[in-house]
Amino acid sequence: MELLELTALELGKEIQKKNVSVREAVEASLAQIHKKEPDIHAFVTIEEEKALRAADRVQKQIEDGTLTGPLAGVPAAVKDNICTEGMKTTCSSRILSNFVPPYSAEAVKRLQAAGAVILGKTNMDEFAMGSTTETSWYGPTKNPWNVKHVPGGSSGGSCAAVAAEETFFALGSDTGGSIRQPSSFCGVTGIKPTYGTVSRYGLIAYGSSLDQIGPIAKDTADCAALLEVLASYDKKDSTSVLRKDYDFTAALTGEVKGMKIGIPSDYLGEGLDEGVKKAVLAGAEALKAQGAEVEFFDLGMVEYAIPAYYVIASAEASSNLSRFDGVKYGYRTSDYEDLHEMYKKSRSEGFGTEVKRRIMLGSFVLSSGYYDAYYLKALRTKALIKKAFDRAFETYDIILGPAAPSIAPVLGESLSDPMKMYLGDIYTVSVNLAGLPGISVPCGIDEKGLPVGMQLIADCFREKKLFRAAYAYEKARGPWKLPCGGKEEK
Amino acid sequence: MRKEYETVIGLEVHVELAAKTKIFCGCSTAFGAAPNTHTCPVCTGMPGSLPVLNKRVVELALSVGLAANCGINQFCKFDRKNYFYPDNPQNYQISQLYLPICHDGYITIETPAGEKQIRIHEIHMEEDAGKLIHDEWEDCSLVDYNRSGVPLIEIVSEPDMRSADEVIAYLERLRLLIQYLGASDCKLQEGSMRADVNLSVREKGSSRFGTRTEMKNLNSFKAIARAIEGEKKRQIELLEEGKAVIQETRRWDDNKEYSYAMRSKEDAKDYRYFPDPDLPPVYISDEWLESVKSSLPELQPEKMKRYQEEYGLSEYDSRIITESKHMADLFEKTTALCKKAKKAANWLIGETSRLMKERGVEAEKLQFSPGHLAQLIELTEAGSINTNTAKEVFEKLFDEDIEPRAYVEAHGLLMVNDDSALEAAVDAVLAANPNTVEEYKGGKTKVLGFLVGQVMKTMKGKANPGKVNEMMAEKLK
Repeated sequence: MELLELTALELGKEIQKKNVSVREAVEASLAQIHKKEPDIHAFVTIEEEKALRAADRVQKQIEDGTLTGPLAGVPAAVKDNICTEGMKTTCSSRILSNFVPPYSAEAVKRLQAAGAVILGKTNMDEFAMGSTTETSWYGPTKNPWNVKHVPGGSSGGSCAAVAAEETFFALGSDTGGSIRQPSSFCGVTGIKPTYGTVSRYGLIAYGSSLDQIGPIAKDTADCAALLEVLASYDKKDSTSVLRKDYDFTAALTGEVKGMKIGIPSDYLGEGLDEGVKKAVLAGAEALKAQGAEVEFFDLGMVEYAIPAYYVIASAEASSNLSRFDGVKYGYRTSDYEDLHEMYKKSRSEGFGTEVKRRIMLGSFVLSSGYYDAYYLKALRTKALIKKAFDRAFETYDIILGPAAPSIAPVLGESLSDPMKMYLGDIYTVSVNLAGLPGISVPCGIDEKGLPVGMQLIADCFREKKLFRAAYAYEKARGPWKLPCGGKEEK
Repeated sequence: MRKEYETVIGLEVHVELAAKTKIFCGCSTAFGAAPNTHTCPVCTGMPGSLPVLNKRVVELALSVGLAANCGINQFCKFDRKNYFYPDNPQNYQISQLYLPICHDGYITIETPAGEKQIRIHEIHMEEDAGKLIHDEWEDCSLVDYNRSGVPLIEIVSEPDMRSADEVIAYLERLRLLIQYLGASDCKLQEGSMRADVNLSVREKGSSRFGTRTEMKNLNSFKAIARAIEGEKKRQIELLEEGKAVIQETRRWDDNKEYSYAMRSKEDAKDYRYFPDPDLPPVYISDEWLESVKSSLPELQPEKMKRYQEEYGLSEYDSRIITESKHMADLFEKTTALCKKAKKAANWLIGETSRLMKERGVEAEKLQFSPGHLAQLIELTEAGSINTNTAKEVFEKLFDEDIEPRAYVEAHGLLMVNDDSALEAAVDAVLAANPNTVEEYKGGKTKVLGFLVGQVMKTMKGKANPGKVNEMMAEKLK
């Protein structure tokens, strides 16, 4: 048994059976982190001592029978925009480089209550703004499949850490594709749940009306088990929803006969790489072979999603990020004459280029005289996009398409052209605008040797359909082997 | 000839609601705690924290809106008002711009020309900011976030007031209403009620408004009245000199009795309001609205009417007592204990009012207990003390809330009601004044007063004069 190759559920079973101790699992992960980090740089903070202490504590709880869940003792990583009490939480930004939260996010508390052991905090695009994990103040994370390529973003650290087997799973957050796109680029499985499913309490906000925390793991079964742990109705989050069903693993039947799957023709046009298209359509064929009904249709509104998303997300971000001012916590400039200068210099020095760009964009679209023309129009567009999906879900159980138009780009090639980077979000942002759940499942490797992800989208609160389809697809596809990290491009 | 001018005034009144916890978190709203002890991640703007609306705040805001004859937006929303200032931990204030909870109401005031309605444009809910303290010694500024997130309502009137008197009348009516509702204690000095004055002047008869200014930092009714007079004068002088009034925010300095420009419209901030994505719209169901309506307490006009009907008080007395919620509470509790409504009313209107004036005490700050006043009334009614003693005891009651029975006993102020003791005293006086007795019997009945006085003197004032009078007259028959 190669310990690091196990999925989270498989490891959990071995721990319950006493074949592996929690300490052994955590030490194996830490050893892999030491081996891989120089190449990958998936982590901002590694908490070895805390992890080992937690491992012993969890082991005791397993032994005295207080922890019996399937994830007890499994090592985990948490994206660095999710608060962890007593553990630095930086959002990969200089402005929060010294911030240690006095409380843990609800999602983190739920993970810990289930017995997961947190290894550390993963790298990300600064404040989750970016699609490559290159906007991090701590430098970029590299793609474990090929270190010359980016892992995607903004949850690039979380996805790379899972792909490099530094952790058995990780938490990510998804505002416009930040779980699904890097999952696709790193060949791992990641789900953005329906808005309101996982509490946002303790998630440092980027676009509050779009942000959701979700799990990133090696396969669908892990994601379903993890979402069972994470999903909850939380009174501390007013946008949290009390759902009827939380038994996501019950959907892992492998059965898709009669399931209606629609592929938006408008997802397959200009801008989509041939290799990605081939892999995704092959994925659709595999589901068809399992008995699903697959057909093409026109979704509509696709070209309006990106402008609407960047207006809404930036508007909310411009306000959400105003609390980072050097007064209460975080970075403060060393030299200033008065309050105004302190604000100005702390924020100028504390935020990176992409964050500043979005704060400016957001402030502009909310300013008087432009509010109606941009912000309100974007909200109306959002409502129309939701309607287009509502219409599609009258016919289809699942919408299938690519998670991203390309495979992972080479490091450095995206930042020079932000418009191009924004357009890369075309298949993911509409899912956030409509509040829908979406999952990315690895569906192939293109000719450059980099993975491709297939995105499945379901109607609100229909995660079980997603898991059912994704699980059946995995069965048809066969085992998925992760790279053992850091291969050079030939 | 100098033109005639009219002053046009509208008010923005902030009222701190009497909820026990803050508007978006569970922290206490109690006044006067050590700095930053009533705080949590939410009200200090910690990254990742989220607001959760306090239902009680909605109910208190609704009660004020209903009592001020407002329409209710049963679907209302919270918006963010974005501006940077260290007392505001998120650098945005959660307020209501687009869909405030209450709109289009009015308050009726009394003016020399009769009743007048002052229209209310809207009432919205919002959070208070923290407090900045400048430390001169260390040359740094400190922030106390205890107040951050304390629930407020802002009551915005239409520009319907024409004088300082009308403004004060409006504020007094508003304060009384809110105190009756128990929605706030409305203390101007402690900042639980704050008023900003929007004022413009125009030529009498003109239908167009002049350019207005907004005045802040008004800490008492007197300061408000002075600020209005000062600003009216300043604006009229500008116009008389042919100059224009500039639309700006001004800060009133009550010591110098002058206002200073803070910022003009040109550098007015763009607050970039937008709906707060962390707070779903508030839906106030018909049932919820009904339950708030039905739990509204008896307000001043109804109370006044009831006092006349139930207790037979005069309109004047009922008004004086109900002009303060606290006084009305004292009256009702005292009456419930001693069952002597008119006596209770007399004490509150007569001696209480006199002492309030003398001591400079506001009705809301009266600190004697109704139980003690009831006891005093019982002592007087039973003839245990005379009127002068009662007044003396009441003064002690007013100042120190002493227990009247214990006090009169300890000070030997009880009247002698013992018949044999009185009889002995009467007999002694009659025996000692045979000539006077003769005069009385001869028809000079007014000497009775002298004889009674002699008895009172020997009893050191503690005899019941009525009883002595009666006894004496009987013996002289």
